[in-house]
Amino acid sequence: MTATTSAAPMSAATTDRTAVANAVPPALEIRGLKKNFGPAEIIRGVDLSVARGERHAVIGPNGAGKSTLFNLISGLIVPTSGDIRLHGESVNGKPAYQINRRGLSRSFQVTNIFANMSVWENVRCAVLWPRGGRYAFWRGVDNNADVAARTHQVLTEINLLSRKDIPAGVLTYAEQRALEIGITMAGGADVILLDEPTAGMSKAETERAVELIRRISEGRTLLIVEHDMSVVFGLADRISVLVYGEIIASGTPTEIRNSAKVKEAYLGEEAH
Amino acid sequence: MAELVLISTLNGVLFGLLLFLMASGLTLIFSMMGVLNFAHASFYMLGAFVGYQIARWAGFWPALILAPIVVGLAGAAVERFGLRNVHKNGHVAELLFTFGLAFVIEEVVQIVWGKSPVDFRVPTLLDFPAFTIFSTNYPAYKLFMLAISIAIFVALFAMLTRTRIGLIVQAALTHPHMVAHLGHNVPLIFMSVFGVGAALAGIAGVIAGPALVTQASMAALLGPILFVVVVVGGLGSLQGALAASLLIGLLQTFAVSMNLSLSDIFVNSGFSPNPKSVLGDLWRVTIAQIAPVLPYMLLVLVLIFKPTGLFGNRET
Amino acid sequence: MSEIISHSAVAPATPSAPIAQPSAQSALGRIGSYGLWIGLAAILLTAPLVFRSGTALTVMSLMGIMIIFALSYNMLLGQTGMLSFGHAVYFGLGAYFTIHAMNAVIDSKLAIPVVVMPLIGGVAGLVFAMLFGWVSTKRSGTAFSMISLGLAELVGSSSLILRSFFGGEEGVSTNRAKLLRIFDWNFGPQVQVYYLIAGWCLLCIVLMYALTRTPFGRMCNAVRDNAERTQFVGYNPRVVRYIAFSLAGLFAGIAGGLATINFELANAALFGATQSGNVLLATYIGGAGFFFGPILGAVLVTFLQNMLSDVTEVWQLYFGLMFIATVMYAPGGLAGLIMMHRPLWRAGAIAKLLPGYLLMIVPAALVAVGAILLIEMITHLSVKAAEGPVMKMAGITFNAAGVPAWSLCIGTLAAGVLIWRFASGVAARGWDDARAVAREKGLTV
Repeated sequence: MTATTSAAPMSAATTDRTAVANAVPPALEIRGLKKNFGPAEIIRGVDLSVARGERHAVIGPNGAGKSTLFNLISGLIVPTSGDIRLHGESVNGKPAYQINRRGLSRSFQVTNIFANMSVWENVRCAVLWPRGGRYAFWRGVDNNADVAARTHQVLTEINLLSRKDIPAGVLTYAEQRALEIGITMAGGADVILLDEPTAGMSKAETERAVELIRRISEGRTLLIVEHDMSVVFGLADRISVLVYGEIIASGTPTEIRNSAKVKEAYLGEEAH
Repeated sequence: MAELVLISTLNGVLFGLLLFLMASGLTLIFSMMGVLNFAHASFYMLGAFVGYQIARWAGFWPALILAPIVVGLAGAAVERFGLRNVHKNGHVAELLFTFGLAFVIEEVVQIVWGKSPVDFRVPTLLDFPAFTIFSTNYPAYKLFMLAISIAIFVALFAMLTRTRIGLIVQAALTHPHMVAHLGHNVPLIFMSVFGVGAALAGIAGVIAGPALVTQASMAALLGPILFVVVVVGGLGSLQGALAASLLIGLLQTFAVSMNLSLSDIFVNSGFSPNPKSVLGDLWRVTIAQIAPVLPYMLLVLVLIFKPTGLFGNRET
Repeated sequence: MSEIISHSAVAPATPSAPIAQPSAQSALGRIGSYGLWIGLAAILLTAPLVFRSGTALTVMSLMGIMIIFALSYNMLLGQTGMLSFGHAVYFGLGAYFTIHAMNAVIDSKLAIPVVVMPLIGGVAGLVFAMLFGWVSTKRSGTAFSMISLGLAELVGSSSLILRSFFGGEEGVSTNRAKLLRIFDWNFGPQVQVYYLIAGWCLLCIVLMYALTRTPFGRMCNAVRDNAERTQFVGYNPRVVRYIAFSLAGLFAGIAGGLATINFELANAALFGATQSGNVLLATYIGGAGFFFGPILGAVLVTFLQNMLSDVTEVWQLYFGLMFIATVMYAPGGLAGLIMMHRPLWRAGAIAKLLPGYLLMIVPAALVAVGAILLIEMITHLSVKAAEGPVMKMAGITFNAAGVPAWSLCIGTLAAGVLIWRFASGVAARGWDDARAVAREKGLTV
């Protein structure tokens, strides 16, 4: 719990810029994060630090605030208080598209794709911005070889190349989940947030999805919310346990497995 | 001056409450079903024409009761046989359907009642001045309209806060997604809400018909202001609809009574732009003349400073 | 379906070969589309030789204007998912700025031909769309629709105040023939105006199509499908909406400029609610989901408007009913209906549809005749009550209040509905058979 987070207090304590630059900041660092919806406190002071290249899972019972946490980090909703830093720079309260441009990309628990567009177009949309497509209305998109190559590569990785011309809305559920991950990773963001990527999948589908996630998160930082404990313990380098808007434990899978606190608050009820 | 303020306030509140009669139905329908009923002002117009027709056959008082019922049934039928089939194609399709409906209702009204205004008169029982302030006679019929509007406002408020169905509606206002979980009678609830909303607009039509002009363009004249009301108030907010209705009602009524222009205010400035230029137009236009534009200016201002509307928190 | 992800464990295929595929495809598509553009140009060029009458020329000119206007509208509705009730604002302002520019050119005797004048309209449309769009694109969905309506009312009401610019009730007029001649064309005769409009029409169609093939154009579709998700691939949906709104204003302004050249007049009707409604009707009936849909819609609606208004007084009612029918039964519009059949056509299964479709003509005609008769009789009895109950339709004189006419009318409707039930069953079976063939050939899902 302390190993990777130790850098955080240090950089926080010193305001010297060079010191911060020398100590490589964590990919993602959250401090004192709070979110209220009216009188309801959903996130009640979360501290979390994810080192570069780490696969970090957030687990917790339903209603713990996992999706809200993701929505806060990715900029879908604005925190009530606290700070979120991406590679050492605050992205607090920034709109989602700006956070995305700084290298953070997320998937959604409920499949969130462009249903009337072809599978190819879906992935290409996610490739456009980082490859300089921007809002350009003065140059063609079909003849951009760089964009086409990257789109092709992503479709190959998620194994949807053969389905590239059909509307995304008619894909099977598992295919749509794969496309969801494809859109998330296509832009080349180095911090990836996956929100229950295997929800609703069969065991065989889940295994393949985990294989895919393992491969695409190679060399990137991964933050994942997942209910399937076999996925979590098989994939994550570190795990944080979120209960009622607070992180009650954070550590390696072994530490979490052996933590009495976690067992009591969370695993205990699931273990039966 | 005091006379002007008093009369304008009365008229403004009256116009505002009339707007709210319609805006409340519109808001209820929008909150429950996600549909902004473009034809809502058409139901108001139908109320006026059906009221006129019944009044000719059986007198004003039966019309006051029957016309809203007829319009409410027409609204329910529109939901049952039209909107419900379009629902699966999404909200844009639903909005387009009601847009087409508004178009058709206007044409049908023109076919049945003609293009020129019909002679919808104030009932003789109420055709006398209620009181005189300074030199202005305030018609009894306007007081009656005020009373009806307030009565319905109170009834609506009581229904929303005291009855089971009211609680469901309230829940839908704050949590639009929960409507889907209401249970097996969702279609019936939708049809009723649409019918009641249409009937409320119908009441507004019957009582406004004799006071304003009952003609085929009355929907097109009032519709846009109605939509301004719900956007300014905040889509889906009843309090917002009430506040915006009164605000726009008072704003327009007061503006109409002010024959003041920039040239009057700066009469001693010596500035006198060419009357044939745009500046000259602006210099000489009176506040009364820009009254029709004011609601839309308010819309633009509200959007700039609070895009979700005065009481709104919904993005779409 | 589970093999979808499984394969990804295998090393990715060499990228070079499959990448050639999309580019080869687009090259092929490019040749095809060049052919399409040349065909379109040929149609525009030869149409006046086929349809020579003065009415035809006028109607075709109006069609050309409406095509640009409807396509610009579809940049919002079909491409970006923005339903505007006030698009005529940019059409009307384009018209007014064009006409004032034309009069200024005439007054100052500048050597500028009328051909370039629609550009002024385009710039005016663009500038005002950028101005109003800044406010209205803050919101999307229903709120955007209502705001567009409010802004249209704002401009409409303002036109009555700023009389010196908008010319009050009678509007502003001009004389297009007084501008610089090009060779011996002064654009006075209608046929010359037609070619002016046709030229602009072709240019605008090509440009608007090209826009759909740009990064911006693709993101418009993404915003339409799922605005929230576009934020998580780096795009601000509001900026996409704003650019779309501005560019739609540009093309609407050009259409307005052409309209003012065509009529030599600009009045408040140009940006009225009717005009905004017309373009919505044309676009939706033609089909907002495909690029060419609004073109079909513009041609059809303009044709019907000009033909129907001569035949019946209540043509707007027919329009409204046609629109509602489209929303309820063919939400893809004409283009959607056509494209529905494309996989069946490619599968060679279209013949299976013929019996059912031919059979459907009978009840469709019966219902149409019955409904038209009903509407016309009621109209006659109420609107023309003074003329008495005797009316004339399609050369037949009859008593609209009589039992025979009403029995015929109701009988036709009833027969139509009955036969419809039977015929639609046959048509549906034919459809299913044809789909099955197409599905076997992998042409549909």
